[in-house]
Amino acid sequence: MSLDLDQALQTYIAEARELLQDMEDALLRLEVDPNDADTIGAIFRAAHTIKGSAGLFGLDPIVSFTHIVEDVLDRVRDGDVVIEANLIAVLLESGDHMLHLVNVVAAQGEQLDAEAIVRENGLRVRLQAYQDNSGMGHAVQVEEEIPLQSSGGGLVETDNWHISLRFGQNVMRDGMDPLSFLRYLSTLGEIVSITTMFDALPLADEMDAESCYLGFEIDFKSEADKATIAGVFEFAREGSLVHILPPHSKLTEYIELICLLPESETRLGEILVATGALTQQELESGLSEQQTSARPDGSTTPLGEILVEQRSVEHEVVQAALDKQTQSKDSKNKESRYIRVQADKLDELINMVGELVIAGAGVSLLAQRVSDNSLQEAASVMSGLVEEIRDGALRLRMVPIGETFNRFQRVVRDVGRELGKDIELIITGADTELDKTVVEKIGDPLMHLVRNAMDHGIESASIRQARGKSAKGTLRLNAYHDSGSIVIEIVDDGGGLNRDRILQKARDRGLIAPNVTPSDQEIYNMIFEAGFSTAEAITNLSGRGVGMDVVKRNITALRGAVDLDSTVGQGTTVSIRLPLTLAIIDGFLVGVGKSSYIVPLDMVQECIELTETDRQLTRERSYLNLRGEVLPFVMLREHFEVEGAGARRENVVVVTCAGQKAGLVVDELMGEFQTVIKPLGKIFSTLRGISGSTILGSGEVALILDVPSLVQQAVNRESQHVSTRQAPHQLSCS
Amino acid sequence: MGALAKNEIYAAVLQQDKGQYLTFLIGGEMFAISILGIKEIIEYGNLTTVPMMPDFIRGVINLRGAVVPVVDMSARFGRTASEVTRRSCIVIIEVEGDDEKQDVGVVVDSVSEVLEIPAADIEPAPSFGARIRADFISGMGKVDGQFVIILNADRVLSVDEMAMLSGANGIEVSSEVLSIGQQ
Repeated sequence: MSLDLDQALQTYIAEARELLQDMEDALLRLEVDPNDADTIGAIFRAAHTIKGSAGLFGLDPIVSFTHIVEDVLDRVRDGDVVIEANLIAVLLESGDHMLHLVNVVAAQGEQLDAEAIVRENGLRVRLQAYQDNSGMGHAVQVEEEIPLQSSGGGLVETDNWHISLRFGQNVMRDGMDPLSFLRYLSTLGEIVSITTMFDALPLADEMDAESCYLGFEIDFKSEADKATIAGVFEFAREGSLVHILPPHSKLTEYIELICLLPESETRLGEILVATGALTQQELESGLSEQQTSARPDGSTTPLGEILVEQRSVEHEVVQAALDKQTQSKDSKNKESRYIRVQADKLDELINMVGELVIAGAGVSLLAQRVSDNSLQEAASVMSGLVEEIRDGALRLRMVPIGETFNRFQRVVRDVGRELGKDIELIITGADTELDKTVVEKIGDPLMHLVRNAMDHGIESASIRQARGKSAKGTLRLNAYHDSGSIVIEIVDDGGGLNRDRILQKARDRGLIAPNVTPSDQEIYNMIFEAGFSTAEAITNLSGRGVGMDVVKRNITALRGAVDLDSTVGQGTTVSIRLPLTLAIIDGFLVGVGKSSYIVPLDMVQECIELTETDRQLTRERSYLNLRGEVLPFVMLREHFEVEGAGARRENVVVVTCAGQKAGLVVDELMGEFQTVIKPLGKIFSTLRGISGSTILGSGEVALILDVPSLVQQAVNRESQHVSTRQAPHQLSCS
Repeated sequence: MGALAKNEIYAAVLQQDKGQYLTFLIGGEMFAISILGIKEIIEYGNLTTVPMMPDFIRGVINLRGAVVPVVDMSARFGRTASEVTRRSCIVIIEVEGDDEKQDVGVVVDSVSEVLEIPAADIEPAPSFGARIRADFISGMGKVDGQFVIILNADRVLSVDEMAMLSGANGIEVSSEVLSIGQQ
């Protein structure tokens, strides 16, 4: 059971996060169109569902805070409070706080820290301003209800609520724990007494372990109003019997309740007396009174009246139920298009597909060896299918980038206010899909670039007008697919970069030699160099370059590239190019000694043979003449300290990395290979020059070369003038 | 042979899951490891060397699609690396690290048998004399009047420590980590 509940909690957390995101989107929409009733309704329902479900899990901090938000939203919906900028700001912050609550209280099971509590109290006070009246109203309503009911006479003495619960048999199958309702109920007040009704229990043979046969008679002391108490059982309403009698209810109501419930009258009466809901005297007089009053009238008129009255009291409850229905209809529409699948399961599937690719490579290898035509044909048909399955499986993990982009609506709004600039965010290409793991990692660099564009790219309104542009700045996020990669563009219509300043700066810092004239592109990309920006640069270069090297590093880590283009006075475009997936790449297989290595194919430029003359010269130098160009190279055999004599013939794989060419000297060239990336374990975390591993068709493990770090190692080695034999082999633990 | 040893382990697990140890030979000396962490025993072979790693990391193997590092126990003890013979095996052991479990393969000269060693027959590790770091030893088992060194797999195969040793400043670290593990 606890496991099930845990799973349900995970679902709740995921749903709550989505709902909060929806709520935020809706709030931002409201800012544009404050009178959109549908949107207001959507926000209310989001808050309501978060609160209701939180109650099921006994997450009190979420319930208590969300309740206030819900109250305010309810008043907004009723038109008692008018939507205005401050309210939206408060609600946005409340949404943030709710997300924090969900993350801390629900996901980690911890208490809020002091800072969050201070923030919550602040929000409570601000929300109070919108809620105050309604809170009073509720209190008054309850007060009023009591005298109204008392006018009927024949009141019972107790001032407790009485709740009769008979859970439907399916309540547990529907994923709800009856106990959690009671737990939640106890947060609203004090359970004075509780009696478990097990009369519905069948004989042991006929009992279904998954059915719920229990009921409860509860006496409950609380200041809450009826709608709140009824709300506790909202999720169990279907199929369950819930009767709630307010304090000081009419005796006849109790009697009616006794008649309605499935158990025998005498037994119920006894229980009610035992729990203190009724006194013995009240019960007896009540039962006899009902019999006498029913006979002369020949009907149950008084009971009918009570029913009507009960209905009127439950008006709010009915309303809430209706809301819930429309909402579940909404979500059903969404659900028909999506299946919620755990990311782990998907990863597992993709892993299996990776295995399939490897196994398929093994089959093809064998088929070639056997040289049986029909077998080869069958194998090639299979590898075709495997390739399709692979692509299909990888597509499953593709998510549209729109979700990530939409998050920036809020960022642009907030940062724009902070900076006092009016900036509009335009999103295009939101449907463009990319791998979930890439999406998760691209958020931070994007955030940095967007903030940068707003802060330093787009000018203030006065300058814009002076330059003859509209006062409102525009920031565009765009995404599209381009030959196996996704390109994300961040475009602003700001002042652009000052080319000459950057060139000057780069020359001063020795990044560009004085006699070289780089292209504009190369100059702009200088701002991605580490430490390029200085205080001086911020004023002169409109500040671009703050942490840009970090952005570049993050993107390179995803095997991506970042590029920048700018026109003075017109704006700047930053484009990020990323691989669509991190799981499978095209590789180029090479052999050094007995081992095989993979070079990412997109880095390979060409392959040439290492000529005998060059081989002779390698003892003195590590570069060769590639059609008039100087090509430095790394002898992998030496670099990796492979034992044994060198191969008879060697080849050079020419790779480019960060615009720089380098050669890798290997023994054997083995051609292209579909590479399923397998991370090396933690043991190899300090290993440089190798980024991962893969499994070849033969079942052997091949290592994937990390070309940029290999080149970097070669550079470091040479600059340190350390002999190449800096053997880690001597590091033994004696 | 591998399969046989595996079956023996399963049979032993069914009987009783405490106090059972797999014994094996490294450099002619007998060692034991609690069978609880042992997942399987496979033949030695198909190993891919990973360059620029210390001696005690032999390389990686493909274990049904997972890439598993293989450690040379003898080199880990600071002795010479094991010679590979016809009887060499790789014992796959699940090691618990700080936050996750990882499978690690161990090269041994040969696998002997699964023994039951009652707790009463296990002596605490000597603080020196075994010529192995004391914290690697979880106890000394008495089997037929002979001592068998029972290894603490989580320490010997500590992924964190091995990762650190693989780094450039491995030497200082290894002497620092020395601590005496009393039972």
